[in-house]
Amino acid sequence: MLFTQMTFQAALPEYILAVVALGLVLMAAFTGESLGSRRLVKMIALLGYGFAFATTFILPSESQVIFLGLFKIDGFLVYMKGLVLIGAFFACWMVDEDWSDGVEKPEYQVLMMLATLGMLLMISANDLISLFMGLELQSLPLYVIAAMNTRSLKSSEAGLKYFLLGALSSGMLLYGASLIYGFSGSTQFGEIASSIAQNGASSGMIIGVVFLLSGLAFKVSAAPFHMWTPDVYEGAPTPVTALFAIAPKVAAIALLLNVTHFVFADIRLEWMQVIIALSVASMAVGAFGAIMQKDLKRMMAYSSIAHMGYALAGLAAGTQQGAAGVMIYMTTYIFMGAGTFSIILMMRRDGLPVQKLSDLAGLSSTHPYWAFGLMVFMFSMAGIPPLAGFFAKWYVFLAAVNAGLIPLAIIGVLTSVIGAFYYLRIIKLMYFEDVDQPLDTNAPTENIIILSVSLIVTILFLFIIGPLREWTYFAATNFPISGAL
Amino acid sequence: MEITLSHYLSVSAILFVFGVFGIFINRKNVITILMSIELILLSVNINMVAFSAFTGTISGQIFSLFILTVAAAEAAIGLAILVIYFRNRGSIAVEDINVMKG
Repeated sequence: MLFTQMTFQAALPEYILAVVALGLVLMAAFTGESLGSRRLVKMIALLGYGFAFATTFILPSESQVIFLGLFKIDGFLVYMKGLVLIGAFFACWMVDEDWSDGVEKPEYQVLMMLATLGMLLMISANDLISLFMGLELQSLPLYVIAAMNTRSLKSSEAGLKYFLLGALSSGMLLYGASLIYGFSGSTQFGEIASSIAQNGASSGMIIGVVFLLSGLAFKVSAAPFHMWTPDVYEGAPTPVTALFAIAPKVAAIALLLNVTHFVFADIRLEWMQVIIALSVASMAVGAFGAIMQKDLKRMMAYSSIAHMGYALAGLAAGTQQGAAGVMIYMTTYIFMGAGTFSIILMMRRDGLPVQKLSDLAGLSSTHPYWAFGLMVFMFSMAGIPPLAGFFAKWYVFLAAVNAGLIPLAIIGVLTSVIGAFYYLRIIKLMYFEDVDQPLDTNAPTENIIILSVSLIVTILFLFIIGPLREWTYFAATNFPISGAL
Repeated sequence: MEITLSHYLSVSAILFVFGVFGIFINRKNVITILMSIELILLSVNINMVAFSAFTGTISGQIFSLFILTVAAAEAAIGLAILVIYFRNRGSIAVEDINVMKG
Protein backbone atom coordinates (compact mmCIF):
# COMPACT_ATOMS: atom_id res chain seq x y z
CA MET A 1 0.00 0.00 0.00
CA LEU A 2 1.47 3.29 -1.06
CA PHE A 3 -1.15 5.63 0.39
CA THR A 4 -2.45 4.82 3.81
CA GLN A 5 -3.65 7.11 6.52
CA MET A 6 -0.22 6.91 8.12
CA THR A 7 1.59 8.08 5.00
CA PHE A 8 -0.97 10.80 4.54
CA GLN A 9 -0.47 12.10 8.03
CA ALA A 10 3.32 11.97 7.94
CA ALA A 11 3.50 14.20 4.84
CA LEU A 12 0.70 16.57 5.84
CA PRO A 13 2.68 19.88 5.70
CA GLU A 14 3.87 19.01 2.19
CA TYR A 15 0.35 18.21 1.02
CA ILE A 16 -0.96 21.49 2.41
CA LEU A 17 1.77 23.58 0.78
CA ALA A 18 1.41 21.78 -2.57
CA VAL A 19 -2.37 22.19 -2.67
CA VAL A 20 -2.26 25.84 -1.57
CA ALA A 21 0.54 26.70 -4.04
CA LEU A 22 -1.27 25.12 -6.97
CA GLY A 23 -4.54 26.76 -5.92
CA LEU A 24 -2.77 30.12 -5.75
CA VAL A 25 -1.48 29.69 -9.32
CA LEU A 26 -5.08 29.47 -10.54
CA MET A 27 -6.26 32.25 -8.27
CA ALA A 28 -3.51 34.60 -9.34
CA ALA A 29 -4.26 33.85 -12.99
CA PHE A 30 -8.00 34.53 -12.63
CA THR A 31 -8.03 37.52 -10.28
CA GLY A 32 -5.23 39.49 -11.92
CA GLU A 33 -2.74 41.87 -10.33
CA SER A 34 -5.04 44.32 -8.53
CA LEU A 35 -4.18 45.33 -4.98
CA GLY A 36 -7.12 43.39 -3.54
CA SER A 37 -6.08 40.23 -5.34
CA ARG A 38 -2.49 40.59 -4.14
CA ARG A 39 -3.69 41.01 -0.54
CA LEU A 40 -5.90 37.94 -0.86
CA VAL A 41 -3.08 35.83 -2.33
CA LYS A 42 -0.75 36.86 0.47
CA MET A 43 -3.40 36.14 3.10
CA ILE A 44 -4.04 32.64 1.73
CA ALA A 45 -0.30 31.98 1.52
CA LEU A 46 0.11 33.01 5.16
CA LEU A 47 -2.76 30.73 6.15
CA GLY A 48 -1.07 27.91 4.23
CA TYR A 49 2.22 28.35 6.10
CA GLY A 50 0.29 28.67 9.37
CA PHE A 51 -1.67 25.45 8.82
CA ALA A 52 1.42 23.59 7.65
CA PHE A 53 3.25 24.75 10.77
CA ALA A 54 0.35 23.68 12.97
CA THR A 55 0.42 20.20 11.46
CA THR A 56 4.08 19.74 12.39
CA PHE A 57 2.83 19.30 15.97
CA ILE A 58 0.79 16.22 15.04
CA LEU A 59 3.54 14.63 12.93
CA PRO A 60 4.94 11.39 14.35
CA SER A 61 8.16 11.96 16.28
CA GLU A 62 9.43 8.37 16.00
CA SER A 63 11.32 7.48 12.86
CA GLN A 64 9.15 6.41 9.91
CA VAL A 65 10.06 5.73 6.30
CA ILE A 66 7.24 5.99 3.79
CA PHE A 67 6.60 6.24 0.01
CA LEU A 68 8.72 3.18 -0.84
CA GLY A 69 11.66 4.51 1.14
CA LEU A 70 11.79 7.93 -0.51
CA PHE A 71 10.57 9.97 2.42
CA LYS A 72 11.56 9.90 6.08
CA ILE A 73 10.13 11.59 9.10
CA ASP A 74 11.48 11.72 12.66
CA GLY A 75 11.71 14.15 15.56
CA PHE A 76 14.76 15.98 14.22
CA LEU A 77 13.30 16.41 10.73
CA VAL A 78 9.97 17.63 12.14
CA TYR A 79 11.80 20.22 14.23
CA MET A 80 13.72 21.51 11.20
CA LYS A 81 10.53 21.60 9.13
CA GLY A 82 8.90 23.70 11.82
CA LEU A 83 11.83 26.15 11.69
CA VAL A 84 11.66 26.40 7.90
CA LEU A 85 7.92 27.08 8.06
CA ILE A 86 8.37 29.81 10.70
CA GLY A 87 11.05 31.40 8.50
CA ALA A 88 8.88 31.19 5.37
CA PHE A 89 5.92 32.64 7.29
CA PHE A 90 8.00 35.64 8.38
CA ALA A 91 9.49 36.13 4.91
CA CYS A 92 6.01 36.00 3.35
CA TRP A 93 4.53 38.35 5.91
CA MET A 94 7.25 40.97 5.39
CA VAL A 95 6.22 41.48 1.76
CA ASP A 96 4.43 44.78 1.35
CA GLU A 97 1.75 44.61 -1.38
CA ASP A 98 2.21 48.30 -2.18
CA TRP A 99 5.77 47.99 -3.39
CA SER A 100 6.90 48.09 -6.95
CA ASP A 101 10.12 46.05 -6.89
CA GLY A 102 8.62 42.91 -8.38
CA VAL A 103 7.87 41.06 -5.16
CA GLU A 104 4.36 42.50 -4.94
CA LYS A 105 3.27 40.32 -7.87
CA PRO A 106 1.07 37.38 -6.87
CA GLU A 107 3.38 34.88 -8.57
CA TYR A 108 6.07 35.76 -6.06
CA GLN A 109 3.99 34.15 -3.31
CA VAL A 110 3.41 31.07 -5.48
CA LEU A 111 7.11 30.64 -6.23
CA MET A 112 8.04 31.19 -2.61
CA MET A 113 5.59 28.54 -1.49
CA LEU A 114 6.91 26.06 -4.06
CA ALA A 115 10.45 26.77 -2.84
CA THR A 116 9.31 26.14 0.73
CA LEU A 117 7.73 22.88 -0.38
CA GLY A 118 11.08 21.92 -1.92
CA MET A 119 12.83 22.74 1.36
CA LEU A 120 10.46 20.47 3.31
CA LEU A 121 10.94 17.67 0.79
CA MET A 122 14.72 17.91 0.87
CA ILE A 123 14.70 17.87 4.67
CA SER A 124 12.67 14.64 4.54
CA ALA A 125 14.72 13.06 1.74
CA ASN A 126 15.66 9.45 2.36
CA ASP A 127 16.93 8.63 -1.11
CA LEU A 128 19.38 10.31 -3.47
CA ILE A 129 16.57 10.81 -5.99
CA SER A 130 14.22 12.54 -3.55
CA LEU A 131 17.19 14.54 -2.23
CA PHE A 132 17.90 15.82 -5.74
CA MET A 133 14.26 16.51 -6.59
CA GLY A 134 13.66 18.35 -3.32
CA LEU A 135 16.82 20.39 -3.78
CA GLU A 136 15.86 21.38 -7.32
CA LEU A 137 12.28 22.20 -6.33
CA GLN A 138 13.82 24.54 -3.78
CA SER A 139 16.49 26.02 -6.07
CA LEU A 140 14.57 26.64 -9.29
CA PRO A 141 11.95 29.01 -7.77
CA LEU A 142 14.71 30.75 -5.81
CA TYR A 143 16.64 31.48 -9.03
CA VAL A 144 13.49 33.09 -10.43
CA ILE A 145 12.62 35.17 -7.38
CA ALA A 146 16.20 36.48 -7.11
CA ALA A 147 15.56 38.05 -10.54
CA MET A 148 11.99 39.02 -9.61
CA ASN A 149 12.52 42.73 -10.18
CA THR A 150 12.70 42.46 -13.94
CA ARG A 151 13.35 46.19 -14.45
CA SER A 152 16.41 46.28 -12.21
CA LEU A 153 19.84 45.44 -13.59
CA LYS A 154 21.11 44.46 -10.16
CA SER A 155 18.27 42.07 -9.51
CA SER A 156 18.60 40.33 -12.87
CA GLU A 157 22.36 40.09 -12.43
CA ALA A 158 21.80 38.56 -8.99
CA GLY A 159 19.41 36.03 -10.53
CA LEU A 160 21.85 35.19 -13.33
CA LYS A 161 24.81 34.71 -10.98
CA TYR A 162 22.74 32.65 -8.56
CA PHE A 163 21.46 30.50 -11.41
CA LEU A 164 24.87 29.85 -13.00
CA LEU A 165 26.65 28.96 -9.76
CA GLY A 166 23.61 27.09 -8.42
CA ALA A 167 23.41 24.94 -11.53
CA LEU A 168 27.15 24.19 -11.24
CA SER A 169 26.66 23.12 -7.62
CA SER A 170 23.73 20.90 -8.59
CA GLY A 171 25.99 19.31 -11.17
CA MET A 172 28.69 18.63 -8.58
CA LEU A 173 26.13 17.22 -6.17
CA LEU A 174 24.76 14.94 -8.88
CA TYR A 175 28.21 13.72 -9.89
CA GLY A 176 28.82 12.84 -6.25
CA ALA A 177 25.43 11.14 -6.05
CA SER A 178 26.21 9.06 -9.14
CA LEU A 179 29.49 7.85 -7.62
CA ILE A 180 27.81 7.04 -4.29
CA TYR A 181 25.13 5.12 -6.14
CA GLY A 182 27.67 3.28 -8.25
CA PHE A 183 29.88 2.22 -5.36
CA SER A 184 27.05 1.22 -3.01
CA GLY A 185 24.55 -0.15 -5.54
CA SER A 186 21.58 1.72 -4.17
CA THR A 187 20.17 5.23 -3.97
CA GLN A 188 18.40 4.60 -0.66
CA PHE A 189 20.06 6.20 2.36
CA GLY A 190 19.56 3.17 4.58
CA GLU A 191 21.08 0.77 2.05
CA ILE A 192 24.00 3.10 1.32
CA ALA A 193 24.69 3.23 5.07
CA SER A 194 24.57 -0.56 5.43
CA SER A 195 26.74 -1.01 2.33
CA ILE A 196 29.36 1.27 3.90
CA ALA A 197 29.05 -0.59 7.21
CA GLN A 198 29.64 -3.95 5.52
CA ASN A 199 32.21 -3.21 2.83
CA GLY A 200 33.86 -0.07 4.14
CA ALA A 201 34.23 2.94 1.91
CA SER A 202 36.11 2.63 -1.38
CA SER A 203 37.99 5.64 -2.72
CA GLY A 204 35.26 6.13 -5.34
CA MET A 205 32.74 6.42 -2.54
CA ILE A 206 34.90 8.97 -0.69
CA ILE A 207 35.23 11.08 -3.86
CA GLY A 208 31.45 10.89 -4.27
CA VAL A 209 30.92 12.02 -0.68
CA VAL A 210 33.27 14.98 -1.16
CA PHE A 211 31.42 16.06 -4.33
CA LEU A 212 28.06 15.70 -2.57
CA LEU A 213 29.26 17.74 0.39
CA SER A 214 30.63 20.44 -1.95
CA GLY A 215 27.25 20.72 -3.64
CA LEU A 216 25.49 21.02 -0.29
CA ALA A 217 28.11 23.46 1.04
CA PHE A 218 27.21 25.69 -1.87
CA LYS A 219 23.57 25.68 -0.79
CA VAL A 220 24.46 26.69 2.78
CA SER A 221 26.96 29.24 1.32
CA ALA A 222 29.93 27.90 3.23
CA ALA A 223 33.33 29.22 2.08
CA PRO A 224 34.96 28.49 -0.38
CA PHE A 225 31.58 28.03 -2.12
CA HIS A 226 30.24 31.39 -0.95
CA MET A 227 31.04 33.53 -4.04
CA TRP A 228 27.39 34.01 -4.98
CA THR A 229 26.17 35.08 -1.54
CA PRO A 230 27.21 38.77 -1.32
CA ASP A 231 26.12 39.56 -4.88
CA VAL A 232 22.79 37.79 -4.61
CA TYR A 233 22.03 39.33 -1.22
CA GLU A 234 22.87 42.80 -2.51
CA GLY A 235 21.12 42.56 -5.86
CA ALA A 236 17.93 40.68 -5.05
CA PRO A 237 14.90 42.67 -3.82
CA THR A 238 15.11 42.97 -0.02
CA PRO A 239 12.17 40.66 0.84
CA VAL A 240 13.83 38.00 -1.32
CA THR A 241 17.13 38.54 0.51
CA ALA A 242 15.24 38.12 3.78
CA LEU A 243 13.88 34.79 2.56
CA PHE A 244 17.37 33.68 1.37
CA ALA A 245 18.84 34.62 4.72
CA ILE A 246 16.28 32.68 6.74
CA ALA A 247 14.69 29.58 5.27
CA PRO A 248 16.93 27.83 2.68
CA LYS A 249 19.95 27.82 4.99
CA VAL A 250 17.98 25.95 7.65
CA ALA A 251 16.77 23.38 5.13
CA ALA A 252 20.21 22.88 3.60
CA ILE A 253 21.93 22.47 6.94
CA ALA A 254 19.26 19.97 8.02
CA LEU A 255 19.92 17.98 4.87
CA LEU A 256 23.68 18.19 5.47
CA LEU A 257 23.20 16.93 9.02
CA ASN A 258 20.94 14.12 7.88
CA VAL A 259 23.34 13.01 5.16
CA THR A 260 26.50 13.17 7.26
CA HIS A 261 25.15 11.86 10.57
CA PHE A 262 22.84 9.21 9.18
CA VAL A 263 24.09 7.97 5.80
CA PHE A 264 27.82 8.44 6.28
CA ALA A 265 27.93 7.82 10.03
CA ASP A 266 30.53 5.09 9.57
CA ILE A 267 33.01 7.17 7.60
CA ARG A 268 32.82 10.27 9.73
CA LEU A 269 36.60 10.58 10.02
CA GLU A 270 36.63 11.23 6.27
CA TRP A 271 33.82 13.79 6.03
CA MET A 272 34.78 15.48 9.30
CA GLN A 273 37.96 16.81 7.66
CA VAL A 274 35.91 18.34 4.86
CA ILE A 275 33.41 19.90 7.27
CA ILE A 276 36.18 21.27 9.52
CA ALA A 277 37.87 22.90 6.51
CA LEU A 278 34.55 24.40 5.38
CA SER A 279 33.81 25.63 8.89
CA VAL A 280 37.19 27.34 9.40
CA ALA A 281 37.09 28.92 5.94
CA SER A 282 33.53 30.20 6.44
CA MET A 283 34.24 31.68 9.85
CA ALA A 284 37.34 33.46 8.52
CA VAL A 285 35.74 34.70 5.28
CA GLY A 286 32.64 35.86 7.14
CA ALA A 287 34.61 37.74 9.77
CA PHE A 288 37.17 39.42 7.49
CA GLY A 289 34.93 39.91 4.46
CA ALA A 290 32.31 41.92 6.34
CA ILE A 291 34.73 44.51 7.70
CA MET A 292 35.10 46.47 4.48
CA GLN A 293 31.44 46.40 3.41
CA LYS A 294 29.43 49.59 3.02
CA ASP A 295 26.19 47.94 1.96
CA LEU A 296 24.03 46.60 4.78
CA LYS A 297 22.68 43.64 2.79
CA ARG A 298 26.20 42.72 1.64
CA MET A 299 27.37 42.86 5.23
CA MET A 300 24.51 40.57 6.23
CA ALA A 301 25.66 38.16 3.51
CA TYR A 302 29.11 37.88 5.08
CA SER A 303 27.48 37.65 8.48
CA SER A 304 25.42 34.69 7.30
CA ILE A 305 28.55 33.03 5.86
CA ALA A 306 30.14 33.35 9.30
CA HIS A 307 27.01 31.97 10.99
CA MET A 308 27.10 28.96 8.70
CA GLY A 309 30.73 28.46 9.72
CA TYR A 310 29.72 28.33 13.38
CA ALA A 311 26.84 25.95 12.66
CA LEU A 312 29.25 23.72 10.69
CA ALA A 313 31.54 23.66 13.73
CA GLY A 314 28.74 21.89 15.60
CA LEU A 315 28.25 19.59 12.62
CA ALA A 316 31.97 18.82 12.48
CA ALA A 317 31.79 17.38 15.99
CA GLY A 318 29.92 14.45 14.45
CA THR A 319 28.04 13.68 17.65
CA GLN A 320 24.44 13.87 18.80
CA GLN A 321 25.43 16.78 20.99
CA GLY A 322 26.76 18.58 17.91
CA ALA A 323 23.53 17.92 16.04
CA ALA A 324 21.54 19.37 18.94
CA GLY A 325 23.89 22.40 18.95
CA VAL A 326 23.21 22.97 15.26
CA MET A 327 19.45 22.79 15.92
CA ILE A 328 19.73 25.43 18.66
CA TYR A 329 21.95 27.55 16.40
CA MET A 330 19.48 27.49 13.53
CA THR A 331 16.61 28.35 15.90
CA THR A 332 18.32 31.53 17.04
CA TYR A 333 19.53 32.23 13.50
CA ILE A 334 16.05 32.49 11.98
CA PHE A 335 14.78 34.84 14.68
CA MET A 336 17.87 37.11 14.51
CA GLY A 337 17.68 37.09 10.70
CA ALA A 338 13.94 37.79 10.57
CA GLY A 339 14.27 40.64 13.06
CA THR A 340 17.23 42.25 11.31
CA PHE A 341 15.63 42.05 7.89
CA SER A 342 12.32 43.42 9.17
CA ILE A 343 14.31 46.55 10.09
CA ILE A 344 16.24 46.66 6.79
CA LEU A 345 12.89 46.43 4.97
CA MET A 346 11.53 49.41 6.89
CA MET A 347 14.55 51.60 6.00
CA ARG A 348 13.23 54.01 3.37
CA ARG A 349 13.89 57.61 2.54
CA ASP A 350 11.18 59.52 0.65
CA GLY A 351 9.47 56.21 -0.04
CA LEU A 352 12.52 54.59 -1.67
CA PRO A 353 14.41 51.75 -0.01
CA VAL A 354 17.95 52.50 1.18
CA GLN A 355 20.51 49.92 2.22
CA LYS A 356 23.81 51.66 2.93
CA LEU A 357 25.41 51.39 6.34
CA SER A 358 25.71 55.19 6.44
CA ASP A 359 21.92 55.45 6.25
CA LEU A 360 21.81 54.07 9.77
CA ALA A 361 23.66 57.08 11.22
CA GLY A 362 21.80 58.57 14.16
CA LEU A 363 18.95 56.08 13.94
CA SER A 364 18.56 56.13 17.72
CA SER A 365 17.35 59.74 17.75
CA THR A 366 14.83 59.36 14.91
CA HIS A 367 13.67 55.75 15.39
CA PRO A 368 14.57 54.65 18.93
CA TYR A 369 12.69 51.32 18.74
CA TRP A 370 14.33 50.23 15.47
CA ALA A 371 17.73 51.23 16.80
CA PHE A 372 17.14 49.28 20.01
CA GLY A 373 16.02 46.23 18.03
CA LEU A 374 18.99 46.35 15.67
CA MET A 375 21.33 46.83 18.64
CA VAL A 376 19.95 43.70 20.33
CA PHE A 377 20.28 41.64 17.13
CA MET A 378 23.82 42.86 16.51
CA PHE A 379 24.85 42.08 20.10
CA SER A 380 23.19 38.69 19.75
CA MET A 381 24.95 37.90 16.47
CA ALA A 382 28.24 38.95 18.01
CA GLY A 383 27.54 36.42 20.78
CA ILE A 384 27.19 38.71 23.78
CA PRO A 385 25.49 37.02 26.76
CA PRO A 386 22.68 36.76 27.82
CA LEU A 387 21.22 37.07 24.31
CA ALA A 388 20.22 34.16 22.05
CA GLY A 389 23.36 34.19 19.90
CA PHE A 390 25.55 33.53 22.92
CA PHE A 391 23.76 30.28 23.81
CA ALA A 392 23.81 29.18 20.19
CA LYS A 393 27.59 29.63 19.95
CA TRP A 394 28.03 28.10 23.41
CA TYR A 395 26.33 24.82 22.44
CA VAL A 396 28.12 24.36 19.10
CA PHE A 397 31.54 25.12 20.58
CA LEU A 398 30.77 22.91 23.59
CA ALA A 399 30.02 20.04 21.21
CA ALA A 400 33.21 20.74 19.23
CA VAL A 401 35.34 20.75 22.41
CA ASN A 402 33.72 17.55 23.70
CA ALA A 403 34.51 15.88 20.38
CA GLY A 404 38.17 16.85 20.77
CA LEU A 405 38.11 19.64 18.18
CA ILE A 406 39.67 22.21 20.51
CA PRO A 407 41.61 24.13 17.77
CA LEU A 408 38.36 24.53 15.81
CA ALA A 409 36.59 25.98 18.85
CA ILE A 410 39.52 28.37 19.48
CA ILE A 411 39.43 29.59 15.87
CA GLY A 412 35.67 30.01 16.22
CA VAL A 413 35.99 32.16 19.31
CA LEU A 414 38.74 34.26 17.70
CA THR A 415 36.75 34.90 14.52
CA SER A 416 33.67 35.83 16.53
CA VAL A 417 35.79 38.44 18.32
CA ILE A 418 36.83 39.83 14.91
CA GLY A 419 33.21 39.62 13.79
CA ALA A 420 32.11 41.63 16.81
CA PHE A 421 33.95 44.60 15.26
CA TYR A 422 31.50 45.09 12.42
CA TYR A 423 28.46 44.35 14.53
CA LEU A 424 29.55 46.94 17.08
CA ARG A 425 30.30 49.43 14.30
CA ILE A 426 26.59 49.42 13.41
CA ILE A 427 25.70 50.15 17.03
CA LYS A 428 28.22 53.00 17.07
CA LEU A 429 26.70 54.40 13.86
CA MET A 430 23.20 54.32 15.28
CA TYR A 431 23.93 55.72 18.73
CA PHE A 432 26.95 57.98 18.46
CA GLU A 433 26.70 59.69 15.08
CA ASP A 434 24.55 62.53 13.86
CA VAL A 435 21.58 62.17 11.58
CA ASP A 436 22.34 63.20 8.01
CA GLN A 437 18.96 62.74 6.37
CA PRO A 438 16.31 61.07 8.53
CA LEU A 439 14.56 57.94 7.28
CA ASP A 440 10.80 57.78 6.78
CA THR A 441 8.86 57.18 9.96
CA ASN A 442 5.85 55.27 8.64
CA ALA A 443 6.35 51.52 8.87
CA PRO A 444 4.13 48.54 8.02
CA THR A 445 2.55 46.95 11.09
CA GLU A 446 3.70 43.48 9.98
CA ASN A 447 7.35 44.43 10.22
CA ILE A 448 6.90 45.93 13.67
CA ILE A 449 5.22 42.71 14.84
CA ILE A 450 7.97 40.51 13.36
CA LEU A 451 10.56 42.80 14.93
CA SER A 452 8.85 42.57 18.33
CA VAL A 453 8.45 38.79 18.23
CA SER A 454 12.09 38.30 17.23
CA LEU A 455 13.19 40.74 19.91
CA ILE A 456 11.25 38.87 22.59
CA VAL A 457 12.73 35.53 21.51
CA THR A 458 16.27 36.95 21.31
CA ILE A 459 16.17 38.69 24.70
CA LEU A 460 14.24 36.02 26.62
CA PHE A 461 16.10 33.08 25.05
CA LEU A 462 17.62 32.65 28.48
CA PHE A 463 14.32 31.27 29.74
CA ILE A 464 13.51 28.92 26.87
CA ILE A 465 17.00 27.46 26.45
CA GLY A 466 16.35 24.83 29.17
CA PRO A 467 13.33 23.14 27.57
CA LEU A 468 14.77 23.75 24.08
CA ARG A 469 17.95 21.96 25.10
CA GLU A 470 15.98 18.94 26.35
CA TRP A 471 13.93 18.92 23.16
CA THR A 472 16.86 19.17 20.76
CA TYR A 473 18.94 16.61 22.67
CA PHE A 474 16.01 14.21 22.51
CA ALA A 475 15.46 14.87 18.79
CA ALA A 476 19.17 14.31 18.09
CA THR A 477 18.94 10.77 19.49
CA ASN A 478 17.51 9.83 16.07
CA PHE A 479 21.06 9.84 14.72
CA PRO A 480 23.05 6.62 15.04
CA ILE A 481 26.23 8.49 16.07
CA SER A 482 26.62 9.03 19.78
CA GLY A 483 29.33 10.07 22.23
CA ALA A 484 32.87 11.18 21.54
CA LEU A 485 35.14 9.52 19.03
CA MET B 1 38.47 -4.48 -27.21
CA GLU B 2 35.79 -4.97 -24.66
CA ILE B 3 34.20 -1.82 -23.29
CA THR B 4 34.10 -2.01 -19.51
CA LEU B 5 32.66 0.13 -16.77
CA SER B 6 35.89 2.08 -16.37
CA HIS B 7 35.68 3.26 -19.98
CA TYR B 8 32.26 4.73 -19.36
CA LEU B 9 33.44 6.32 -16.13
CA SER B 10 36.47 7.83 -17.90
CA VAL B 11 34.33 9.35 -20.65
CA SER B 12 31.94 10.77 -18.09
CA ALA B 13 34.78 12.14 -15.93
CA ILE B 14 36.34 13.82 -18.99
CA LEU B 15 33.00 15.37 -19.95
CA PHE B 16 32.48 16.55 -16.39
CA VAL B 17 35.91 18.21 -16.33
CA PHE B 18 35.20 19.84 -19.72
CA GLY B 19 31.97 21.19 -18.31
CA VAL B 20 33.60 22.63 -15.18
CA PHE B 21 36.44 24.16 -17.19
CA GLY B 22 33.95 25.52 -19.67
CA ILE B 23 32.36 27.46 -16.85
CA PHE B 24 35.54 28.78 -15.27
CA ILE B 25 37.83 29.39 -18.23
CA ASN B 26 35.23 30.69 -20.68
CA ARG B 27 35.35 34.50 -20.70
CA LYS B 28 33.09 35.20 -23.64
CA ASN B 29 29.47 34.26 -23.56
CA VAL B 30 26.91 33.13 -21.02
CA ILE B 31 25.29 30.78 -23.54
CA THR B 32 28.52 28.76 -23.47
CA ILE B 33 28.18 28.46 -19.72
CA LEU B 34 24.63 27.12 -20.12
CA MET B 35 25.99 24.54 -22.57
CA SER B 36 28.72 23.60 -20.09
CA ILE B 37 26.09 23.04 -17.40
CA GLU B 38 24.20 20.72 -19.75
CA LEU B 39 27.47 18.90 -20.41
CA ILE B 40 27.96 18.34 -16.67
CA LEU B 41 24.44 16.98 -16.25
CA LEU B 42 24.83 14.67 -19.24
CA SER B 43 28.13 13.34 -17.95
CA VAL B 44 26.30 12.46 -14.74
CA ASN B 45 23.69 10.65 -16.82
CA ILE B 46 26.38 8.52 -18.48
CA ASN B 47 27.66 7.65 -15.00
CA MET B 48 24.19 6.77 -13.77
CA VAL B 49 23.29 4.54 -16.69
CA ALA B 50 26.67 2.81 -16.71
CA PHE B 51 26.46 2.10 -12.98
CA SER B 52 22.88 0.94 -13.39
CA ALA B 53 23.89 -1.62 -15.99
CA PHE B 54 26.97 -2.64 -14.04
CA THR B 55 25.29 -3.12 -10.65
CA GLY B 56 22.11 -4.58 -12.16
CA THR B 57 19.84 -2.13 -10.33
CA ILE B 58 17.22 0.00 -12.02
CA SER B 59 17.32 3.11 -9.81
CA GLY B 60 20.23 4.67 -11.74
CA GLN B 61 18.20 4.70 -14.95
CA ILE B 62 15.21 6.20 -13.14
CA PHE B 63 17.53 8.80 -11.64
CA SER B 64 18.84 9.70 -15.09
CA LEU B 65 15.27 10.30 -16.32
CA PHE B 66 14.69 12.70 -13.44
CA ILE B 67 17.99 14.44 -14.22
CA LEU B 68 16.95 14.92 -17.85
CA THR B 69 13.64 16.44 -16.77
CA VAL B 70 15.24 18.78 -14.27
CA ALA B 71 17.93 19.75 -16.79
CA ALA B 72 15.21 20.85 -19.20
CA ALA B 73 13.48 22.91 -16.51
CA GLU B 74 16.79 24.40 -15.46
CA ALA B 75 17.68 25.39 -19.03
CA ALA B 76 14.27 27.03 -19.46
CA ILE B 77 14.67 29.06 -16.28
CA GLY B 78 18.26 29.95 -17.12
CA LEU B 79 17.35 31.25 -20.56
CA ALA B 80 14.43 33.23 -19.11
CA ILE B 81 16.72 34.92 -16.59
CA LEU B 82 19.25 35.53 -19.37
CA VAL B 83 16.61 37.28 -21.50
CA ILE B 84 15.68 39.57 -18.60
CA TYR B 85 19.35 40.29 -18.01
CA PHE B 86 19.91 41.11 -21.67
CA ARG B 87 16.97 43.54 -21.65
CA ASN B 88 18.53 45.45 -18.77
CA ARG B 89 22.18 45.30 -19.78
CA GLY B 90 22.14 45.01 -23.56
CA SER B 91 24.90 42.38 -23.51
CA ILE B 92 25.45 38.83 -22.34
CA ALA B 93 29.25 38.86 -22.41
CA VAL B 94 30.70 37.29 -19.27
CA GLU B 95 32.97 40.27 -18.54
CA ASP B 96 29.91 42.57 -18.53
CA ILE B 97 28.31 40.76 -15.58
CA ASN B 98 30.10 43.04 -13.16
CA VAL B 99 27.68 45.60 -11.75
CA MET B 100 28.26 44.10 -8.32
CA LYS B 101 31.83 43.17 -7.47
CA GLY B 102 32.06 39.85 -5.74
